[in-house]
Amino acid sequence: MTKAIIDGNEAAVSVAYRLNELCSIYPITPSSTMAELADEWAAKGQANVFGVKPTVIEMQSEGGAAGALHGALQGGAMSTTFTASQGLLLMIPNMYKIAGELTSTVFHVAARSIAAQGLSIFGDHQDVMAVRQTGFALLGSASVQESHDMAAVAQLSTLRSRVPFIHFFDGFRTSHELNTLDMLSDDDLRAYVPEELILDHRRRALSPEHPYIRGTAQNPDTYFQSRETVNPFYARVPGIVQQAMDEFADLTGRAYRLVEYHGAPDADRILIIMGSAAQTAIQAVEHLVARGEKVGVVQLRLYRPFPVEEVLAAIPGSVTRIAVMDRTTEPGAGGEPLFLDVTSALAEAVASGRRATLPRVIGGRYGLSSKEFTPGMVVGVFDELATASPRPRFTVGINDDVSLTSIDYPGWLDVESPETLRAVFYGIGSDGTVGANKNTIKILGGMEGTYAQGYFVYDSKKSGSRTVSHLRFGPEPITAPYLVNAAGFIGVHHWSILERVDVLRHARRGTVVLVNAPYSPDGLFARLPRRMQEKLIELECEVWTVDANAVARTAGMGNRTNTVLQTCFFAISKVMPREAAIEEVKKSIRKTYGRRGPDVVAKNEAAVDAAIAHLHRVEVPEAPASDVAMVAPVPLGVPKFVRDVTSRMLLDEGDDLPVSALPVDGTYPSGTTQYEKRNISDIIAVWDETACIQCGNCALVCPHAVLRARYYPDTALAGAPSSFQSAELNAAGLPGSRYTLQVYAEDCTGCGLCVEACPVKVADGGGRKAINLEPVLERDVPRENIRFFETITINQRSRVDFATVRGVQFLEPLFEFSGACTGCGETPYLKLLSQLFGGRTSIANATGCSSIYGGNLPTTPWSSNRYGRGPAWSNSLFEDNAEFGLGLRLAADLQTRLARTRLEEMRDVIDDDGLVDGILENDQLYESDLSAQFRAVEELKHTLEKMEGPKAADLRSVADHLLRRSVWIVGGDGWAYDIGSGGLDHVLASGRNVNVLVLDTEVYSNTGGQASKATPMGAVAKFASGGKETISKDLALQAIAYGNVYVARVAMGADPQQTLKAFREAEAYDGPSLILAYSHCIAHGIDMQKGLDQQYLAVNSGHWPLMRFNPVLRMQGKNPFLLDSPRPRFPLKKYHENELRFRMLASSDPETAERMLEYGQMQVNRRWRDYEEMSTRTAAEFAADAKE
Amino acid sequence: MDLTTHYLGLELEHPVVASAGPLSQTVAGVQGLVDGGASAVVLYSLFEEQLRAEVARDEQLIDAQSNAFAEALDYFPTTPITTRSAAYSYLSLLERSAKSVDVPVIASLNGADLGGWVEFSRELADAGASAIELNIYLVPGDVKTSGDVVVERHLEIVSAVSDAVSVPVSVKLSPYFSSVGDVALQLVDAGASGLVLFNRFLNPDIDIETLTTDAGFELSTPQEGRLPRMWIASLRNHTTASLAGTSGVESSDDVVKYLLAGADVVMTTAALIRHGRSYSRELVGGLQSWMVRKGFASLDQVRGMLAVPTMWDGEAVRRGGYVSAIQDAKARYGAL
Repeated sequence: MTKAIIDGNEAAVSVAYRLNELCSIYPITPSSTMAELADEWAAKGQANVFGVKPTVIEMQSEGGAAGALHGALQGGAMSTTFTASQGLLLMIPNMYKIAGELTSTVFHVAARSIAAQGLSIFGDHQDVMAVRQTGFALLGSASVQESHDMAAVAQLSTLRSRVPFIHFFDGFRTSHELNTLDMLSDDDLRAYVPEELILDHRRRALSPEHPYIRGTAQNPDTYFQSRETVNPFYARVPGIVQQAMDEFADLTGRAYRLVEYHGAPDADRILIIMGSAAQTAIQAVEHLVARGEKVGVVQLRLYRPFPVEEVLAAIPGSVTRIAVMDRTTEPGAGGEPLFLDVTSALAEAVASGRRATLPRVIGGRYGLSSKEFTPGMVVGVFDELATASPRPRFTVGINDDVSLTSIDYPGWLDVESPETLRAVFYGIGSDGTVGANKNTIKILGGMEGTYAQGYFVYDSKKSGSRTVSHLRFGPEPITAPYLVNAAGFIGVHHWSILERVDVLRHARRGTVVLVNAPYSPDGLFARLPRRMQEKLIELECEVWTVDANAVARTAGMGNRTNTVLQTCFFAISKVMPREAAIEEVKKSIRKTYGRRGPDVVAKNEAAVDAAIAHLHRVEVPEAPASDVAMVAPVPLGVPKFVRDVTSRMLLDEGDDLPVSALPVDGTYPSGTTQYEKRNISDIIAVWDETACIQCGNCALVCPHAVLRARYYPDTALAGAPSSFQSAELNAAGLPGSRYTLQVYAEDCTGCGLCVEACPVKVADGGGRKAINLEPVLERDVPRENIRFFETITINQRSRVDFATVRGVQFLEPLFEFSGACTGCGETPYLKLLSQLFGGRTSIANATGCSSIYGGNLPTTPWSSNRYGRGPAWSNSLFEDNAEFGLGLRLAADLQTRLARTRLEEMRDVIDDDGLVDGILENDQLYESDLSAQFRAVEELKHTLEKMEGPKAADLRSVADHLLRRSVWIVGGDGWAYDIGSGGLDHVLASGRNVNVLVLDTEVYSNTGGQASKATPMGAVAKFASGGKETISKDLALQAIAYGNVYVARVAMGADPQQTLKAFREAEAYDGPSLILAYSHCIAHGIDMQKGLDQQYLAVNSGHWPLMRFNPVLRMQGKNPFLLDSPRPRFPLKKYHENELRFRMLASSDPETAERMLEYGQMQVNRRWRDYEEMSTRTAAEFAADAKE
Repeated sequence: MDLTTHYLGLELEHPVVASAGPLSQTVAGVQGLVDGGASAVVLYSLFEEQLRAEVARDEQLIDAQSNAFAEALDYFPTTPITTRSAAYSYLSLLERSAKSVDVPVIASLNGADLGGWVEFSRELADAGASAIELNIYLVPGDVKTSGDVVVERHLEIVSAVSDAVSVPVSVKLSPYFSSVGDVALQLVDAGASGLVLFNRFLNPDIDIETLTTDAGFELSTPQEGRLPRMWIASLRNHTTASLAGTSGVESSDDVVKYLLAGADVVMTTAALIRHGRSYSRELVGGLQSWMVRKGFASLDQVRGMLAVPTMWDGEAVRRGGYVSAIQDAKARYGAL
């Protein structure tokens, strides 16, 4: 057997790929890795165990993937897919068909939560439980090893039984856990799955050689009986699966049962449970049984068909009380699914006399959205079972103070082997901590007789996120699917983390703590927060420190501290003898970096030696040495919800929030990022007021809205702090006015886009501009300046020129400080949208990057203005966003109509014709109209408040709709080009006044860079590892074909003024609008600071020509097609060369890259010719709008 | 008429060779050069340090956002990026070009320190290079680097590469040595089978509007042929190594001048960029016409005709040339 250290996804797909001929895929977290690996292997030409190179086909949605899969199965191909959550739900219609036709297949599912009150990417069984009725068998794995083994068992079973299988394992907990496992070889798999079964599968395929039809329409006479024909097949499944497991044991020595019992043979209390939590339960039960407790656990692997006999047989006759644990919830049901299945089995057994007594069965919910399930919780459940009247339904792991379902449990119960070394590391995303830990796992886990486990927790931001790595190493296989506690080693890789969260929450007595700090070892202890000092003393921790950043810098490794900190871990964690450990690190460096050249290896090896030389023990005194406070998660004076709820989440204490603290329907306050001062960058933008020409370019492109401009009378400067920056306003007609560009220093991510956008060059020879990145020296001074800046009156919208970039800088952004990637190419567009229309906008946001940085808790960026108005934002799903947004429009139109009708009806009562006419006749096209309307509606509402009667109440409830509502439908290209394309097309064709903003990164960014139909030819992406072979879809032309859709292609980095124009025209157009906004992205493989330059190249190479199609011009008899960018002046190659996505192909397959570049250039030329031709047409040559 | 010549031990139909440059970046480009009449093609240069820097940059781009967010632990397929993979496109171009044309294809390796030259050279030879041209482009950033160190670096590279490969190795060197002739001969002793005179260093320019410097790349002009011709003439009778003249070829007259000075081959990119790939044929035609006009039947009669004879006192010749040049200048411009 080959030992490997991989995660559950790879474990499953390794088998699935080798036993199938076709993978029909679509990305969805946490299952995407399976599809990605399959695609990569196929691109490399790897064959399955039968010598066939599987076909991997990416579809436009999971629904599409299931459809293609269904067809492939009917065509006789051994086919599989990988999915989770909503993805699995989209497959349901096909699942009924596939099962109804008794078709052999296995779907591998990384089980995940379902979007309800909120989306969650994390693990539970809600998705698989939602398909238990489809006729698929459900086989659950509890570990990484099992996800490998059960993938094979499921494959053999489906071929033998003809019943299709879902093979599932817990999302993240198993799919993303690294663990040591024994791999099945190709020979094993060949021996295990007889080819004869595959031939049988092929024989059942549709073929003109022996034609028949499948998929008939049936009638009341036979449909029912036909549904009953399959019963014997289902009856045989448990036996077939057990036989497959037994044959597997013969082959590998690893024995499994459908239903397994662990614990005291004479137990009186047991748990019944599925998935990874079974391992936790078994571990806890063994611990309790060793202490003499009569407890046990039944682990279920096969859930559908429900193996009644096996379940009954597994429950000892002595059992009087059972807790059935469901990792799902079914509001309103009599109980959760597994609970109901177990109780009905038991009740029937008792009723039929096959079992003497009916145990008391209670149903518990646990672990939703990867909520921890620990040995302590298992004990809590047994304790509940032991009470006189256990709660019939309960929850464990949360504090339900509303319905009182939650049970108590011991905070921590250590049931792990003392020989297991446990370590926790705190890092910041992309700092190399996680990568180094994965490497450590490979080093240690790769050693004979050592087993390793790694699990990584990330926070909700895409930039500057906190990562926590949980590692275990030991001489026995590690079966602990829960976070590390009582760690022997804790590494704190950034000082800022220990100032903000309790990094010792996982410590025990004697924990070795390593702190990366820029301070000398002598004074370090006194600089720690007092709470941490106290805990270190109390737990007698061994504290070490290294200035890893300085060591890395000196070693020529820049900010990459991973090698230094990894070395320190090996040196002091006692995981193995120091010298041997260091040699292992060096060996690994040679392996990892060897291909990058000898100088890189030498640099890293030098860093190892330097790390040891600069590693110091810190003396822990007997009493705290100072009174340093932690950094407060939010400032004083914040709203109550932020203080009581949001701040707890920010402190990593969200698990402790009771049910009552949370909104019942997923409604959260807007604009909470303003309270979370993340200080994630050591370099930030600094304004040079003497050099600035006040053009507004920097403020426009700032992805994080940290640059705010205001102009004001010089008298407003009274009382300004001495460091407050101000310059004379550079505009005619406003003498005595001042201008300030305030940098929100604590929110700046140091992305540098502002510097790139600044047109000024200071004549100092150093390349300085009017805004520059500089190290943060002081945080209090900017704080004081911001406080003063906020006292300056925000510029009146009516006194700002909306038509210019220069003017827009004075508009308040209502999208601020998002957790998007540093230098994000999407967010500047959203910020602009919020500035222009935010006070009257409803936004439907497709799932994706923009819904994550836009709506991922704890803090969210959509905010409100000084009047309390701001974008109303919601995310429905990935696939339905256009329709969802159309719904918002329809509702708004209805209510506007109602408001206007009621207003007319109440004209006499209101008795102010000026007000009523003013409202009804205002066409609200310009900002001045809109402000007048806003004031009038406010006045109307004030008037209505004093009125009684149903009509007044009715009008009051909809009066806000008298202000023109701007409905925006926002999403990425994965949505617009692929999964939501049908809906988007329909909505554009509806003629309704919606504004669609496609943040086009030309790739699925949020799920990690999978190809979409927007991905350009020749780009390497996941699912297109051999380079995308087709050109991207021209969505603009599709929409233009309707004639009545306003369409624009924009790229802020190339022409911000055109972007601004397009946004305003789109919004003003009374019909559907589509803006395709080129958004540079980390998934392009570029230096993000140069994102705007790359946008410029995209446009000027012809890759992304700028254009607008304005149906209003058509109505005026003018050519509606406006080509806004100049004729391409660079070859496409110049654009390609700057992006890793294109370079990757050039290095892996230069011939193809060359060919694709050539085709790409031809396409650019062709499209330019077409666009140019369109720009010279007459109005009559475009489709007319019936409204004309 | 016999125009054949030998360069680096390779027999060429005539002496006009396409030098390393942008025209040979694709197989079709190489084919075009050959169809246009070049008797051999030096591929564009593989920049060794640049490759390593690109790999480091690409690795950094991949690392930059990895393991930072639960939904997207990385953004690219896991194919490792190596200098080998980065060089792959060059090796592949070389291999495909060598197969697609029936004239020698010479690989060009550009760099400044030993780095991975030996390894790359082996790979270039394996990929079908008829010869390897080492384009040693050393501009010391440290103004205190001594001339000896610079020469040593050259010799070290040439010696290491020529030891490692069985195909001939030439050196494209710079004219900026205290003693160009001595360095050239040392390079031959170190293993170079031929010398290409000279490498043109790019001379950055300053843009006074944008206040930036730019690379300032410009095609060579005919005047630039004088310096290499002088050194070819001087070296011709001191070495049996091949000599290639490059820079300043605009017309067949320039080709003739190089040959008279003693060049075995004459290389150009600038003329082919200016006049198209088929301009090689015109250059050869011009050479032929000149030979007919002057009554030469074979290139051997022409080559090195005006080279400095070994028995002459070189110093005296140069000094004499200098003195007469000064006098000429005085006569010509003195009245201004």
